[in-house]
Amino acid sequence: MKRMLCLLLVISSLFSLTACHGKKVEQGQPAVAPITNFAIPENFDTSRQFEISFWAKNDNNSTQREIYTKAVADFEKIYPNITVKLKLYNDYGDIYKDVITNIPTNTTPNVCITYPDHIATYLTGADTVLPLDKLLYDPVYGLGGSDVKFDAPKAEEIIPQFLNECSFDGHYYAVPYMRSTEACYVNKTYVEKLGYTLPDVLTWDFVWEVSQAAMKKDTAGNFAVNGQKVMIPFIYKSTDNMMIQMLKQKNAGYSTAAGEIKIFNDTTQSILETIAVNAKDRAFSTFKIGGYPANYLNAGQCIFAVDSTAGATWMGCDAPLIDIAEEKLVKFETVVKPIPQFDTENPKMISQGPSMCLFNKEDPQEVLASWLFAQYMLTNPVQIAYAQTEGYAPVTSKAQNSAEYLDYLSRSGENNDLYYNVKIDATRLLMENTESTFVTPVFNGSTSLRNAAGQLIESVTKAVRRGKDLDYPALYDEVTSLYHLDEIIADKEEALPTGAVFLIAGLGICWTGIIISVIFDANKKRMKKKQEKY
Amino acid sequence: MKKIIALLLVVCMVVCFAACGKKAETPADSKATEATKATEALTQPDEKKVMTYAEYAAAAIDAEVVVETYVQATQSWWEDKITVYCQSKDGAYFAYELKCSEEDSKKMVPGTKIRITGTKGEWEGEVEIMDGTFEFVEGDKFVAEAFDATALLGTDDLIKHQNEKVAFKGMTVKKVAYQNDQPGKDIYVTLGLAEKSYEFCVESYLTAPDSDLYKAVGELKAGDVVDVEGFLYWYQGANPHITSVTKK
Repeated sequence: MKRMLCLLLVISSLFSLTACHGKKVEQGQPAVAPITNFAIPENFDTSRQFEISFWAKNDNNSTQREIYTKAVADFEKIYPNITVKLKLYNDYGDIYKDVITNIPTNTTPNVCITYPDHIATYLTGADTVLPLDKLLYDPVYGLGGSDVKFDAPKAEEIIPQFLNECSFDGHYYAVPYMRSTEACYVNKTYVEKLGYTLPDVLTWDFVWEVSQAAMKKDTAGNFAVNGQKVMIPFIYKSTDNMMIQMLKQKNAGYSTAAGEIKIFNDTTQSILETIAVNAKDRAFSTFKIGGYPANYLNAGQCIFAVDSTAGATWMGCDAPLIDIAEEKLVKFETVVKPIPQFDTENPKMISQGPSMCLFNKEDPQEVLASWLFAQYMLTNPVQIAYAQTEGYAPVTSKAQNSAEYLDYLSRSGENNDLYYNVKIDATRLLMENTESTFVTPVFNGSTSLRNAAGQLIESVTKAVRRGKDLDYPALYDEVTSLYHLDEIIADKEEALPTGAVFLIAGLGICWTGIIISVIFDANKKRMKKKQEKY
Repeated sequence: MKKIIALLLVVCMVVCFAACGKKAETPADSKATEATKATEALTQPDEKKVMTYAEYAAAAIDAEVVVETYVQATQSWWEDKITVYCQSKDGAYFAYELKCSEEDSKKMVPGTKIRITGTKGEWEGEVEIMDGTFEFVEGDKFVAEAFDATALLGTDDLIKHQNEKVAFKGMTVKKVAYQNDQPGKDIYVTLGLAEKSYEFCVESYLTAPDSDLYKAVGELKAGDVVDVEGFLYWYQGANPHITSVTKK
């Protein structure tokens, strides 16, 4: 009877475990398991012709377009049986839209510039993005593999932090292509004119204070600092980054790695309240509301312009790329600083920039051809040339430590083109602060959360400009609804549901009971034997 | 003792199975309902006075505006938003990303009368209606004739016609460049008149790459003389969005 009982309990315990496992949802992860049908071919078939597509993004920069074109041509010379069709975009969002439009028809590109957040969405389609784990380290066709026909970096030569940013759900779904961060481009001339001295590291308090000081007008109604009718002292290009970085600096909630939404918290409200005060006074605005920070900065209508380091060539009155009429340009000294911080001893800034993902195709040889091309984009000639076009950092130590690249960095300010000092200062900012960079968790819905983070700032800024009262609970509800945040299903691995806690506790009690029962039974037998013996 | 242990274990199993199977209302469920209520509350119809163009022009940036006007053209619909070029007999409007269902977007044909409620904004010099909603208005239709603004090029008076359907005649093509150096996106067109150059644009969301206009502009060569029509958009100065081109 006892044995039966034990057996029954063991079976039922196992059954309950099995049942529980079957119900566990791999939430925050792809709806479809990673593709397993791709096997790396033993040999790349050079007798066949392959046409692969590469969708890439440039920053409205013709030199970048030329580098892409040259990279394609150089690669095709090395692999004459591969033709690369290049399609260029100016916006990550447009690539994202096109990819999701093409997933249902299986007309995705072979190689695509992307953000990891976007990949999480692509993975909700079947057989989409290729996990690169095996390809990266394959001794023959992996990074720097024996049969790769060019001088590719080894896997360990990719800056580990940048490579890790492409890993989620236990797989590498991309390789980094370029990295940037955000910088604050400062009109130092105006800061000093207002009686302030620029600190080494900007604080939010300093930026708000100077911005408010810049709002003073003269008797003619012009802003005293620039003598113009227009002055927006502080303009932020990417408000999603602004909120994300402020929360990170405050060590406040945004999301868990598993996709639980944590953004609606007291710190968020405190941040929004400060923004509201400055937005109401018109001391702060955003790209979406008014336009490009660079255009205002270069016209002497902005003092603190926060934008990507990849926008450095547009920043400053001597910038090689200018989008305003010459007569609007104002002379001033431009200084590049990290974004404002709450804790100057422990700075935090976002890591961003393009990565490359591969889309799976039926023909493994075609996939291998696309992988070889992606790998070519990591070689020194491409990395160094592209990084020099903006305030980008190459993603490999092989490129970063090369004599050619070090020489480039050392020549800052030699001219206002290739050696434009603002651009090189922006690059150095990233390279010197790589350890202080971070990325946000990637999950299916992380793009929506990022958009929601920016929307909070945009909505508050617009509301106070329009004289409306702020109702934070209503704002949170509105943003939740707008970005479907309530539809994001998080993996609760970090905090188990109550039911699971009960189940595990119950199972623990069961197993304890079984063990006690077995020991009790064994003791009883031993006692019985002893009694029989004596 | 055995019976007690067995009973205890069975009870324990039943409890944990029950707990595992329980489906509580998730915070997301209740939040979704609240969000819907909040959105509904924020979008209650509110009767506002319809402005004339003069009143709209006089309104401050960030002011709420209500106008009745006529659709002249639209950019492509995306994610429940549509950007509309509108014009009335007294002036023109650019409504950026109006909230619009896909079904309604198909009814946004030239001449259709709509009432827009939104906020007046200015982006890089372009005065527009932001964050707007609209409703269709029964009544007449109006499609604007292009106003010949050739003589106003380079003058301060040109901006008075911002967003209107305009024409520029006898312009000489200086440069035609595809965004990203390849067809598919916008085309930047530089046209000259009397020694001066002016920037125009074929906005790909307005005139798609498969349109006759897109192809015709793509085939223009420096030195060609053309008459163009378009909407007087603004980006750091006049930057008309071309809708027709006639090679002389």
